[in-house]
Amino acid sequence: MALRMHVARQKIVMSKPSDNLIEIRDLDYSRGSRPIFRGLNVTIRRGEVTAIMGPSGTGKTTLLRLITRQLLPDNGVVLVDGVDIGTLSQSELYRMRQRFGMLFQNGALLTDLSVFENVAFPLREHTRLTNRLIRHVVLTKLHAVGLRGAADMMPRELSGGMARRVALARAMVMDPEILIYDEPFVGLDPISMGVIVRLVRRMNDALGISSILVSHDVQEISTVADCSYLISDGKVAASGSPQELHTATSDLVRQFMHGMADGPVAFHYDAPDYEEQLLGRDAD
Amino acid sequence: MTLVREVYETLVEFVRTFGAFILFFVELLFHTPQAVVGRFRLIVAQVHNTGTLSLVIILVCGLFVGAVLGLQGFANLQRFNAEDSVGTFAAFALVKELGPVITALLFAGRAGTALASEIGLMKATDQLSAMEMMAVNPVSRVVVPRFIGGCISVPFLTAGFSAIGLFGAYLVAVVLLGVDVGAFWQQMQQTLSLKDVEEGIVKSILFGGAASLIAVWEGYNCIPTAEGVGRATTRTVVITAIVVLIVDFMVTATYL
Repeated sequence: MALRMHVARQKIVMSKPSDNLIEIRDLDYSRGSRPIFRGLNVTIRRGEVTAIMGPSGTGKTTLLRLITRQLLPDNGVVLVDGVDIGTLSQSELYRMRQRFGMLFQNGALLTDLSVFENVAFPLREHTRLTNRLIRHVVLTKLHAVGLRGAADMMPRELSGGMARRVALARAMVMDPEILIYDEPFVGLDPISMGVIVRLVRRMNDALGISSILVSHDVQEISTVADCSYLISDGKVAASGSPQELHTATSDLVRQFMHGMADGPVAFHYDAPDYEEQLLGRDAD
Repeated sequence: MTLVREVYETLVEFVRTFGAFILFFVELLFHTPQAVVGRFRLIVAQVHNTGTLSLVIILVCGLFVGAVLGLQGFANLQRFNAEDSVGTFAAFALVKELGPVITALLFAGRAGTALASEIGLMKATDQLSAMEMMAVNPVSRVVVPRFIGGCISVPFLTAGFSAIGLFGAYLVAVVLLGVDVGAFWQQMQQTLSLKDVEEGIVKSILFGGAASLIAVWEGYNCIPTAEGVGRATTRTVVITAIVVLIVDFMVTATYL
């Protein structure tokens, strides 16, 4: 049995690289007794900006953690370039992760290092570049996000938008093939948001990389994404281009895309009967 | 039935936590040689962070503990006309017991809490996850330098504590209370053997390892919220105090 599974995995590894960069197949994941995903299937295509949308609490960030194997699924596989990342050893996983750049929700800059050193961090850890070369690369990346002038600042001195741009510079300093953005638009003023939207698209096209974007900002997604997945109840509720989702007839998709307060995603969280709770025996 | 179930669940949880702790310790030891070579600067920074910055509190406390020993020793030994032995009394107390124990407890309060809350906050703000995603092992980059820094600092802080404690005892007994200066130092040198000093050194090494390990473990495994980090710092002090006193008893028993 084990041998057969091994052979099956080998086949997956040996399969030819295709347009599909990341494939998530029949993925189940539960947190405690609460199921988050049930039979999830998502395909991320090479060279595209793919958006993953969904109401709060649907496990969008969890999905990113599963894609990068910060979490392991209960069932199903995550294939990156045809390789099941669940089977990788830690050193293989770390090699794989060097192909990823990830932008965390709050930037996750290392607070004891300056902006410059934050961006230089992956280079110092993984390469033997001279200080002079590191300086060139870091300043180039900081320039690309418009923050060359902030190189000597500490993370605590940055605004939310600036911190996210520094984190973006750090995420792309190793020239990754895949950039992952976790809620990049949350809590930003309209100007910073516009800057980030432009950067996402520009990085993707100029560097020829693939991007995965987790967000629930429908407007921004519409301007930047090539393909969107709407996740609800642990499954893909709809997928397609943002325009296709906008014109979809499904109640859930319409509720989400048009921001309607009530619909398939109920306004009220599950609760006992209102009248019973107010006037019933337990009311006192 | 509920009680049996609760006891069972507590037991399972304890075994699970203990297992995770052992795995963490093994991983830490695994990354130690590479960190000593490759992250020497970070270790030096942590020796400064946990050692140099703890120096003031250690020296001030050591001075007053020694002074109290001088007072108590003089007052009690005088009853047997043995006040000349106050130096010996203070030296035994400081070198074998109070130096290592109080230093470890102060270290837990000053540096251990700082280590736990720093690592805990790094976890809460996704800094550790970000390192993982940059293919940098956080145990190697964050935990090991702090652990080694603490292990190096505590024996030196203990030596400082004991030395300034003896000076405090000297000030009180000799300068204030008039004990003969020759008797104070000579009796100390005659009675205190190298084995007694060794006992103190062994204790300080063990306490340093324990206090640092508990601090980094609590920080690394805390629940990544404000409440979780707060609880981790409290647990660092409480667990270190208990472990230090138990280990102290065991080491003292082996040296008798």
